[in-house]
Amino acid sequence: MAAVTVRYFAMLREQRGCDDELIEVAEGTTVEQLYHRLFPAGPLGRLPVAYAVDHSYVGARHLLDGASEVAFIPPVGGG
Amino acid sequence: MRFGIVSGPIDAAALRSRIEDPGHGALLIFEGVARNNFGGRPVQALDYEAYPELAVPVLEGIAREAEERWPGAQLAIVHRTGRLEIGEPSVVIAVGAPHRAEAYEASRFALEALKARLPVWKKEIYADGEAWKPNAT
Repeated sequence: MAAVTVRYFAMLREQRGCDDELIEVAEGTTVEQLYHRLFPAGPLGRLPVAYAVDHSYVGARHLLDGASEVAFIPPVGGG
Repeated sequence: MRFGIVSGPIDAAALRSRIEDPGHGALLIFEGVARNNFGGRPVQALDYEAYPELAVPVLEGIAREAEERWPGAQLAIVHRTGRLEIGEPSVVIAVGAPHRAEAYEASRFALEALKARLPVWKKEIYADGEAWKPNAT
C-alpha cells in the first residue's frame, strides 16, 4: 500500500466535500479503479472524467504505483 | 509570464508585451468575456476554478503546437479564476505572427484547444441558483 494525494475539482469537489485527501492504494491499482472506488456509480451512472497523474494527463489504465498526486478531471468549461 | 492562471483581472497589455517581435506584421488579442445570459437565461456572474499545476503545462503545450503549425507565430495565454462580473475577461490569448492569416488561425486553434482540454471549470450564477457549465464537445 502507498498513499497518494487525490485532488477534487468542480462538481466532484462539491460531491466529496473537500479539495483533496490522502488515500491508500494497493499496488497495481489503476487511476480508473481509484475513481470507481471513490465515486460509486449512482442511478444516473458516473460522471465521465479524464485522469491526471503528477500533473500530466494519462489514460484510464495508468497504474498508480509510485504516483504522488492524482486528479479526476470533470468535463472542462474554460474559455 | 507567457502562460498562467491568475485569480485577479488579466493584464492584456502585459501579455502583449511578452510576444512583441519586430518580425511580426500582425498582433491579435482575443478576450473571452463573461456573458450575461446562457441561451436566454440571465446570468449574474461566473465562478471559475482551475487546476493550475496541470493547466499551465497544458497552455504551454497548446502554444507549442500552434507555434509548430504556424511557423513564426508566438502565443501568450492567461486564464482567470474566481468570481467574474459580466463583461470581464476570463481568458486572453495574444498572438503575434508574421502575417494576419497565421495570427487569426493560431488564435482560433488555441481557443478551441483550451476549451477542449484546459482543466478549468465554470459555474454560472443565476438570480435563483447556479450550475456547472461544461463546454460543448
